Amino acid sequence: MADTHAESVAYVRDGFLPERPAPARETGVVGWLRQNLFSSVPYTILTLATLWVIWQLGAAILPWLWGGVWHVDSIRACREVLEGAAGGCFAVLTERWAQLLFGFSYPSGEYWRLGVAFVLLGVCLAPVLFPDLPRRLLIATLIYPFVAYWLIWGGTPLAAVSGLAGLAGGAAAFRTVASRGALLGGIAGLAALLAIWWIGGELAAAAPGFLALPPVASRNIGGFALNMILGTVCVSLSLPFGILLALGRQSRLPIIKIACIAFIEFIRGVPLITLLFVANVVLAYFLPPGTTFDLILRVVIMITMFASAYIAEVIRGGLAALPRGQYEAADALGLDYWQAVRLVILPQALKISIPGIVNVAVGLFKDTTLVSIISMFDVVGMIRGPILASTEWNGVYWELYGFAALLFFVTCYGISQYSQWLERRLATDTR
Amino acid sequence: MSLSSEHQGGLRPSTLLNDTRYRGLTFQFLALLAIIALMAWLGANLVGNLAAAGLNFGYGFLDEPAGYDINQALISYTSRDTHLRAAFVGVLNTLLVAVLGCIAATIIGVVAGILRLSKNWLVARLMSAYVEAFRNVPVLIWILIIGAVVTVSGANPREFLGEEAARGLLFGGFAFTNRGLYIPALSLGPGAGIVIAAALAGLVGAILWRRAVPRTLHATGRLLPSWPLWVILIAPGLLANLILSDALTLSMPDTMSNRFNIQGGLLIGKPLVALWLALSVYTGAFIAENVRAGILSVSQGQTEAAAALGLRPRRIMNLVILPQALRVIVPPVISQYLNLTKNSSLAIAVGYADLTATLGGITLNQTGRAIECVLLLMLFYLVISLAISGVMNFYNASVALKER
Repeated sequence: MADTHAESVAYVRDGFLPERPAPARETGVVGWLRQNLFSSVPYTILTLATLWVIWQLGAAILPWLWGGVWHVDSIRACREVLEGAAGGCFAVLTERWAQLLFGFSYPSGEYWRLGVAFVLLGVCLAPVLFPDLPRRLLIATLIYPFVAYWLIWGGTPLAAVSGLAGLAGGAAAFRTVASRGALLGGIAGLAALLAIWWIGGELAAAAPGFLALPPVASRNIGGFALNMILGTVCVSLSLPFGILLALGRQSRLPIIKIACIAFIEFIRGVPLITLLFVANVVLAYFLPPGTTFDLILRVVIMITMFASAYIAEVIRGGLAALPRGQYEAADALGLDYWQAVRLVILPQALKISIPGIVNVAVGLFKDTTLVSIISMFDVVGMIRGPILASTEWNGVYWELYGFAALLFFVTCYGISQYSQWLERRLATDTR
Repeated sequence: MSLSSEHQGGLRPSTLLNDTRYRGLTFQFLALLAIIALMAWLGANLVGNLAAAGLNFGYGFLDEPAGYDINQALISYTSRDTHLRAAFVGVLNTLLVAVLGCIAATIIGVVAGILRLSKNWLVARLMSAYVEAFRNVPVLIWILIIGAVVTVSGANPREFLGEEAARGLLFGGFAFTNRGLYIPALSLGPGAGIVIAAALAGLVGAILWRRAVPRTLHATGRLLPSWPLWVILIAPGLLANLILSDALTLSMPDTMSNRFNIQGGLLIGKPLVALWLALSVYTGAFIAENVRAGILSVSQGQTEAAAALGLRPRRIMNLVILPQALRVIVPPVISQYLNLTKNSSLAIAVGYADLTATLGGITLNQTGRAIECVLLLMLFYLVISLAISGVMNFYNASVALKER
């Protein structure tokens, strides 16, 4: 080509020019600013408006944080120290720290128990949360609820130990007998469980002082610890119930299906607060006369029912998303219903449902603050009740609510970040 | 053959469990028995407990005078009215805050959701911060925080009064004072019914016009302009109001006639303002996420294909992007409306008299009729949520992909 034009073109460049750097206004900080903040007139206006909003927020919040008072003993002392200058009265947090976290009547010498239970929760949840850890650590997760029960409520560890032993014995009995038929195995397991529990109960009653920690009544547990307890217990209990409800809703047996649908739709149709009213004032009417169980247990029952219905809907979504072929393949292999569910359907359906389940868990954890409305002293209840009603701290709203909001934000944001990580990790189909 | 004859010979108990033809029936029968037994046990306990407490189940207490005041009521109410009327005031208040909240939450959520996708880095970050801050903190804490903000803010009404007021009314009709928010009230003169009828006729006409546009387009290929829609919508009501010499007027809050307080207009109490604001900002964060997900769900190829067909950007948005995005956005947004309605039951935290605060709060405590009150309360929310899910199913059916 070049030589055909050799006589008509005076000069043809035969080498590349050296590359020149991009114009300064398109690279570096200036280029980034131009591209992301000031690319056109409307964007510039938007940026300036946003800057103004951020400036206003910062001007209101930063001096308040910076000039805060941390170590005085009442709001009047705070005002004297501040002398009208901007600043928060964070002394309420340092002075009432233990109350905000543990409630106002948990014996102060025993705070370490809640602390240990909380740290252990992190340790024992780790094998569930991070699939890379050795599977053998799951034993710690299994033991944790019983240890936590003993630590939080105190008393003799015999009750907790027999609870665990009962489960282990029941499982062992089921394993040995199950080969002769699942129903027989179930009956044997249940019998072993009840027998061990009964023996354990007698033992615990006979030796209440054996290795005992000072017992703490449920009504004395409060603060953020109560939110954590309610959240963890209800989410873990509602998972199995939710799975059963979801399977029931998909069942081919009409009576079971209708019962599950009615339960799920009823629970999802009413606000949690009405269910808490039920726990508070109505549930007692439906139990045999003379039964008294404490409010925490009643609340746990109602919140678990509430969470199960929502989790059931999430898992139903997962079940519906499985291709029909998976069910048919399980049938073709000759698996019976429970084998198919356990080995083929649930592992896949649960994986699809993880983000939804985490959403429900986060929502539920946030909703544990509602117990403050039926006068339980969780962190919000502590703030609205004992702390704001005291003469020392009457009027310190922002610091306290801000602190509660921060506690929940850190926890919930952490959980949702974890769920996004897990979702990416479990995405086996797209690489 | 021998197997089946054996079955016909006699139905052994093990057949009921092991034969797949009967097993399902057996389990259902057992489940039914268990459910009935549970119900009977709970019912027997209930009857026994009520008898022991000397109570009898009944709604007669609703006719007794309530004896408490409600600070904000849409219908006339005094403390001499019955519990039933108090509950009805609560129902209306719940519906009021739910409707107002849904409208505001939609506006906030759509704006925040679109801005979060903005290419402007700062705006996108600010909106992410807003969404995360509200989604990760309990609604009760937000209601309490915003309730505290609203309680301490607001100027003394006197600052708005007189010829040389320290503060002017916002837009000539709004004043946020320490008593609450004053807004213009709609006052109905003679002939107001005709004006409202004309406005409704305009609405119907506008809908008909909107339907006629695609029909004529498909029938004749002629694209009708869109401006007549707005004329048909607005003109009848406006004309009727002009002809009937202002049958419908806005009565502005009056800052001149009284030296102590603002007269006229409509006063919205602080609890309602606080609850409304909190619910709509909180739910707005969730709606923003739904909107963002919906817009992202429409693939880039759709925009490019529409552009390749020669559509203008506005038409691409209206005809290609929005219909597909809305299919994804609307169902979760409707369930957010349901959540907002259920969350409005936390009104008690800021002292707003919704149904949970009247029927489930004061009435329950005064009469001690826990079961009856909680049952009624649940029934009301159930009806609302069934109605909302009915709307959602109707919408889902109408936008479902028409497959072969």
